[in-house]
Amino acid sequence: MTQFLKERENQILTKGADSAEIACGKKSLAGSVSQRACVFCGSRVVLYPIADALHVIHGPVGCASYTWDIRGSLSSGPQLHRLSFTTDLKERDVVFGGEKKLYHSLIELIDKYQPKAAFVFSTCIIGVIGDDVEAVCRQVTREKGIDVIPVMSEGFNGTKKDGYKIANEALARLVGTNNDFKPAKYSINILGDFNLAGELWILAEYYKKLGVEIIACMTGDGRVDEIRRAHHASLNVVQCSGSIMHLAKDMKEKYKIPFMKVSYFGIEDMSEALYEVAKFFDDEEMMTKARELVTNEISKLLPALQPYRQKLEGKKAAIYVGGAFKAISLVKALRLLGMKTVVVGSQTGNAEDYKLLKELCDEGTIIVDDSNPNELSEFVKLTGANLFIGGVKERPIAHKLGLGFCDHNHERKEALAGYVGMMNFAKEVFASVTSPVWKFVREPQQFNMGAVPPDSSESQSS
Amino acid sequence: MLLRHTTTEIKERKALTVNPAKTCQPVGAMYAALGVHGCLPHSHGSQGCCSYHRSALTRHYKEPVMAATSSFTEGSSVFGGQANLLQAIDNIFTIYEPEIIAVHSTCLSETIGDDLGQIVAKAKDDGKVPEGKHVVQAATPSYVGSHVTGYANMLEAFVKYFSFNTNEKIRQVNMLSGWVEPSDMRELKRMAGLMDLKTVLLPDTSDVLDTPMTGKYTMYPKGGTTVEEITSMGNSMATVAMGDFATRKAAIMLDNKCKVPFKMVDIPIGLKATDRFVQAMALAGKVSVPDVLTEERGRLVDVITDMHQYFYGKRVALYGDPDNLLPLIEFLVDIDMKPVYVVSGTPGKAFSKKALEILAEKVPEAKVQNGASADMYLLHQWIKQEGVDLIMGNTYGKYISRDEGIPFVRTGFPIVDRIGHSYFPTVGYTGGIRILERILGALMDKIDATAPEESFELVM
Repeated sequence: MTQFLKERENQILTKGADSAEIACGKKSLAGSVSQRACVFCGSRVVLYPIADALHVIHGPVGCASYTWDIRGSLSSGPQLHRLSFTTDLKERDVVFGGEKKLYHSLIELIDKYQPKAAFVFSTCIIGVIGDDVEAVCRQVTREKGIDVIPVMSEGFNGTKKDGYKIANEALARLVGTNNDFKPAKYSINILGDFNLAGELWILAEYYKKLGVEIIACMTGDGRVDEIRRAHHASLNVVQCSGSIMHLAKDMKEKYKIPFMKVSYFGIEDMSEALYEVAKFFDDEEMMTKARELVTNEISKLLPALQPYRQKLEGKKAAIYVGGAFKAISLVKALRLLGMKTVVVGSQTGNAEDYKLLKELCDEGTIIVDDSNPNELSEFVKLTGANLFIGGVKERPIAHKLGLGFCDHNHERKEALAGYVGMMNFAKEVFASVTSPVWKFVREPQQFNMGAVPPDSSESQSS
Repeated sequence: MLLRHTTTEIKERKALTVNPAKTCQPVGAMYAALGVHGCLPHSHGSQGCCSYHRSALTRHYKEPVMAATSSFTEGSSVFGGQANLLQAIDNIFTIYEPEIIAVHSTCLSETIGDDLGQIVAKAKDDGKVPEGKHVVQAATPSYVGSHVTGYANMLEAFVKYFSFNTNEKIRQVNMLSGWVEPSDMRELKRMAGLMDLKTVLLPDTSDVLDTPMTGKYTMYPKGGTTVEEITSMGNSMATVAMGDFATRKAAIMLDNKCKVPFKMVDIPIGLKATDRFVQAMALAGKVSVPDVLTEERGRLVDVITDMHQYFYGKRVALYGDPDNLLPLIEFLVDIDMKPVYVVSGTPGKAFSKKALEILAEKVPEAKVQNGASADMYLLHQWIKQEGVDLIMGNTYGKYISRDEGIPFVRTGFPIVDRIGHSYFPTVGYTGGIRILERILGALMDKIDATAPEESFELVM
């Protein structure tokens, strides 16, 4: 792997061959074609699903354009979060400041949309030109009587993870502001599920069957009023820990609400999540219900998965996703389908995640932090992967390499959480890996040589 | 009703853009740079910019889009990004081995006052640019202009850097293309080929963002204008520049620097704009127009004739980029449609003036707005005040189309929910037929879906 940036060596390891721990949480090297985004991106994605809040992006137009309705975080009610609002700063504003523009924008928007709260995202240049966003937010809060919360997410100010933390702090300002609420006996908050393709709604059904009330889902189908009373919950159940752990810890400290990390992907992790919650409440009846639910679902699911497993057995997968915790679940879910993970990496994983990954993976699996297209395509070639799991930027690369692909990011079209999600996952992976199209891949000269008749070339699915 | 909040009443907005009809300069610079062979675009700013632009282009083209970033840190925002860019240049040439790095700035690096020219010069002095390799730079502050401005600035930077007049005149015509699709670039070359002209097209994203599936991933696909070609542009007989906003700067640069005269024309969208393009090419290359092109033209006119009754008087709302909109509204007027609302987020007085000129005679009631507060929200308000029969523009029009039940033809950037734009051109005479086909398809699908039983027609 000599062609990789030397400085990145310790961010890549092969299980079995390298004994050292992977280096992670580092800034990307200048000049790398990193798949990572910025602080603003991190904050924007965490707060985005709060559907009845106003999200105003303070800066030049780009940051608002690129984040306009691109995440499949579904809302069962208001759709305000899907619109794009920006102060669209011009050269003049860069010189004279954008505070007035921000103030007027907020006043106009709040009058028009009557949101429950407003988030104001600072983009790169705001800090540099010295706008006092906090002051403007305070003023508008006073005048309009709703919380206008500054999100100081200048892009350069760290990594995407820092953006998560800043968004968590913004959420923390809402949590605990409504005390007139009587929670049910067993109540939880869901943290870190983004309700992509309606996944939260699947989980909500499960929890309902267990007799657990969900007070707030912070990051999917979110509502300001629910977040305000989230501190009444007995437990925070955290998925996608990278994005929301900070809030979970904060709520533990402030409101003594314990949290547990779970994952809803794959049978094992999904079932464990339900059992853990039942165990937490120490309620025999709930545990019985959880067992019934799990048994019932699995008894339907396993036979249904069988035909897919038969076709997928022995196929190899490469995973490159945002958070490493998700990658861990994916490795297990793939195993359930008889597939082996040969490459696994993430944009923002932490040391603990990578340690877990290393334990979990088979010998020879390449584990990587903050990778780039060249590396990924090299790894795929080295390992002979048949499937790639990633996001928008990885999809066309995988396809060009002749690999099946599954979007496990915000552009997923099918729910992948829960038991039904596992089924969808199997179907999606199966469809992509065994697509007839892989049979048609040719290099131009193959036609000229006439050596390969149209239907007899090697099929990746055989 | 995703846009249920849109009000019919239009109040003057002090400071606010809702659902913008534009994006920022750097993505344009990135797209232009991808049209140069062996070139790796580089974003000098925070990591997110680069990631967003790559994602935006990938969603539109369904192709890998490669670009590097200076990955600014808090330190860079205080002390300047020189160290980052120097390190980046070094790393890029070592690892990714492009022929050219095309650096563009961002709002951040511009605001803190980084001087790209000086930094790139230092990189050369420090020996970080290997022999025979190049670093081209363009200032593309996001708070000025739009993505079209960034495209124009990058094009200008390429000819400024590479093109030289070495006093050997070559029988060659330069084509500077505005922001169009790979399919369109391919079509421009095909048409020039029919005229038996040797041309250089800059930029050229065909065979870069529409690459075939081979089971291999190539970081630098075979397409793109080569360094030799751009260099030779300084010796060409003339330049035909398509689209004022996107290409005038580069055309002027070629004229000033290499004394290559230029002719500004519109992007050849529709009948008359294609006529002017063909004529300009013929004049520039001193060739006559071949029959085969005249025949293509005839087929376009034939389609207009046959289907005129379906176009006649139909009200159309359009939004997008100035260079693409001007010839398109002209075409719509020519086929007897009524482009009543036109919006472009890209600022520049020339646009509204020209658009209103085109519309003055046949559609005096038309409303045109560009620049400040020319956004999709405004367009929707206009439509609510008085409806239209058709909406034309990028994917973001689908909200209005759905809410108001108006047929919708996708054109422009970005189109993230349909394919075709990469493969079927809308420039030239044949491209004109495709535009008509799609307009008719959209209008007739609605007629078929809503016509009462008795007037549901088999033959249309």
